[in-house]
Amino acid sequence: MAAPTQEPMIEITGLSKRFGPFVAVDDVTFTVPRGQVLGFLGPNGAGKSTSMKMITGFLAMTAGRVRVCGHDVATDAMAAQRHMGYLPEGAPAYGEMTPLDFLRFIAEVRGLRGADAARAIGLAVARTTLAPVLDQQIETLSKGFKRRVGLAQAILHDPPVLIMDEPTDGLDPNQKHQVRGLIQDMARDKAIIISTHILEEVEAVCDRALIIDRGRIVADGTPAELMARSRWQGALTLSLDLTNTAAAEAEAALRALAGVAAVERAAPPDARFTVFASPRTGAQTPPLAERVAVLAREKGWPLKALYVEKGRLDEVFRMLTHSDSPDADMPGREGIGA
Amino acid sequence: MSQMYAIFKRELASFFATPLAYVFIVVFLLATGAFTFYLGQWYEAGEASLRGFFGFHPWLYLFLIPAISMRMWAEERKSGTMELLLTLPAPFWASVTGKYLAAWVFAVIALSLTFPIWITVNYLGDPDNGVIVASYIGSALLAAGYLAIGSCMSALTTNQVIAFVLAVVVCFLFTLSGLPLVLDFFSSWLPQAALNTIASFSFVTHFDAIMDGVIDLRDVIYFASLIVVWLVATGVVLDLKRAG
Repeated sequence: MAAPTQEPMIEITGLSKRFGPFVAVDDVTFTVPRGQVLGFLGPNGAGKSTSMKMITGFLAMTAGRVRVCGHDVATDAMAAQRHMGYLPEGAPAYGEMTPLDFLRFIAEVRGLRGADAARAIGLAVARTTLAPVLDQQIETLSKGFKRRVGLAQAILHDPPVLIMDEPTDGLDPNQKHQVRGLIQDMARDKAIIISTHILEEVEAVCDRALIIDRGRIVADGTPAELMARSRWQGALTLSLDLTNTAAAEAEAALRALAGVAAVERAAPPDARFTVFASPRTGAQTPPLAERVAVLAREKGWPLKALYVEKGRLDEVFRMLTHSDSPDADMPGREGIGA
Repeated sequence: MSQMYAIFKRELASFFATPLAYVFIVVFLLATGAFTFYLGQWYEAGEASLRGFFGFHPWLYLFLIPAISMRMWAEERKSGTMELLLTLPAPFWASVTGKYLAAWVFAVIALSLTFPIWITVNYLGDPDNGVIVASYIGSALLAAGYLAIGSCMSALTTNQVIAFVLAVVVCFLFTLSGLPLVLDFFSSWLPQAALNTIASFSFVTHFDAIMDGVIDLRDVIYFASLIVVWLVATGVVLDLKRAG
């Protein structure tokens, strides 16, 4: 992924949306420069779709400002919309049309004519591999193809800004891989926002992740930074070939090691331990792995496996969000006005 | 303007992409025939005119036009395509009028397919073709009025059946207000001016005037302003739904 330039393509300041007394999006501020893929993460009902609907000018905002390529969405929606491609939640399309007719319609509304339209449609079809179904009615297509029709529609005019609400929802692993490849290909010269609740997707395609919960941004950073917040980051798992009593001794020895915050043992008789480093000694030398290895050698433990854990995004996600809060399924949190 | 044309074309094509268009046209033609020949006793009247044919149009449209208009916005909102449509760089009015005009052109196509009866009446007698042309124009305007109401009712709900029922009810009020049934009720205690106002809201009053063969500017203005008002109302309703 190319390094983002300084030029912000999407500028969002103090974006808020209230539905009556309910605050769906609460003072959200961020910018996305060219070349960045921003992952919008959050539990269902956190305000992801509502934010996207406001950014694309579908939903009126209660407060705040959204500028896309310098055009204010509130005052000049059409100029902003010309620079944007949008895949709405669920990839809606006119079911009675064929993908080809549908893309022709989108091209026409977007002001593409004749050869330009044909070229744009050809490119979008090739990128989304829609060719086999171009003349079938959209409502008869599989979920994966429907989603790709929506994607083709969004990228048709090669927009500098792409907003995609769950672009890989309903795709099989191969299709997901392909769509992620497509997003990465396009990322070089575009600013892209994708919403998702598939965490592996954030690691796979996003340069930056924004976790949103109950309408507020609760975390903002690269996927690596977010994962570093996980207690699993740098933790060590070792599997020993020991009897139960020897294993208990080993556990005590591991606990006694400096800079160890916790030791967890898999269900006995399995002598598998995970050693968590305490946060403040994270930068200490020698690293935890080395010290544990030295300890294992000193004690003469028969080592079956030893590996360093990676930070777990799902753990960070659960730590920061509250999907079980009583108001999580209040009517209209997502999709109002749709 | 070009966006409106694109939206119009897509919408018109969508009528013919489903059996709806053909079912509608067949039902419309059968119903006009039945009304004209049986209820209107067109042969028995022995008159070389299409008054008996056009006279039933307000009643026919009362049920058939809401069937055209019910899906206009209800379907768009239910399937989520409204979000797609309204985030394309097209002015809002282009969507409202583009979709409306497509429905109207479809209704006019159905109406124009009644041409055999025009040929028949010319074959059998010597009708005043000027009156018939005026009546066709009046019937098209009448359909346009019903459709504008139907468009607004369709914007109110995501349920097509509710949109249909609402449109029938509102159209019924606009049809009924000029009939003796309603006017007699008021005539005993309301001054003539008030009666005229009530009657002037009626589709039938204005349509009857046009059926006499004279396209009065006042009747045209009535239909035009009614259409504009209901289309603006459609826009307002959609905007309110959008604002949450």
